[in-house]
Amino acid sequence: MVEWLVVALLLAGTFFMVVAGIGIVRMPDVYLRMSCTSKAATLGCGCLLAGYALQVGDAGIAVRAVATAAFVLLTAPVAAHMIGRAAYRLGVPLWVGSCCDELKGAYSPGGEFLQSRPVSQVRPPHPSLDP
Amino acid sequence: MAFLHWILAVLWVALTGQWSLAGLTTGWLLAYGVLWLTHPHGAGTYFARVPRVLRALVVFLWEIIVANLRVTYHVFAPLGRMRPGIVAVPLDLHGDVPITMLANAITLTPGTLSLDVASDRRTLYVHGMRIGDPDSFRREIKSSLERYVKEVCE
Repeated sequence: MVEWLVVALLLAGTFFMVVAGIGIVRMPDVYLRMSCTSKAATLGCGCLLAGYALQVGDAGIAVRAVATAAFVLLTAPVAAHMIGRAAYRLGVPLWVGSCCDELKGAYSPGGEFLQSRPVSQVRPPHPSLDP
Repeated sequence: MAFLHWILAVLWVALTGQWSLAGLTTGWLLAYGVLWLTHPHGAGTYFARVPRVLRALVVFLWEIIVANLRVTYHVFAPLGRMRPGIVAVPLDLHGDVPITMLANAITLTPGTLSLDVASDRRTLYVHGMRIGDPDSFRREIKSSLERYVKEVCE
C-alpha cells in the first residue's frame, strides 16, 4: 500500500519536473519562464521529497526531507522574484500576446523609486495587444 | 504560548521515546489539548490563531495544486490561449513581514510571479499567466491569498 503511494508521489513529482522543463523551453518570455519554474520547486520537489521520506520511513530522514522542502519553499521564490524584477528593470519586453502592463512607467527615471498606482488610474488594456 | 506548546510536544516525544513524525504529531495534539484546558481562550489568543494558520496552510497547498494543473495545461496548449500581463494589486497589509509572506506565496503559486513592491508599500506588482481581466485577477488574489495572510498575521 505504502509502496503504491511512494510510486504515485515519485511519478507525480517527476511529471511536474518534466512539465516545468518543457515550459522553460516553450514559454515565450522571461516572466512566463520564471512562472513555470516555480512549479518545479513547489509540487515537483514536494512530491519527490515526500515519496522519498515515505519510502525510507525513518524519522531522521523524514525530518530532513521536510526541512529540505521548507528551505526550497523559502528560497526559490526569492530567486524567481529577483530574476523577474531584474529582467523588467533591464527592459526585457513582455510577450506580444500579453494583455496589460500596469508596471509600465511606474519606476522613477533612475529606478530607485517605484510609485504606487491607484486602481482607478490603471490604463485599460491596449487593443492592439489582444491576440 | 507557541513556545510552551512546542516544548510540551517535544517533551512528550522525549518521554515516550517515539522519535518519529507520528510521535511528534501525537505530542503536539496532546499539548494543544492540555493548553486548551489550562489557558483562557477567546479572540486574539493562541487558540484563535492556530486554526487560522492551519486553514491558511491547507488553502495555500490547494492553490498550489490547482495552479500547477493550470500551468500544466498552458505548457501543452497553444500559446495563444494564455493571457499574460502585469497587474498592480493594491495591498491592505501593513508591515514588511506580511507583505513578504504574500509576495512569496504569490511567487510559489505557479503561473504568478511577484515583480516588485511600490516604495510606499501599498501596491504589489504581479505578473500573471492567465489574466482574463485585471480587475477579476486583483479580486482573486485579494480574496484568497491576501485574506489568509491577513488572518494569520493579525
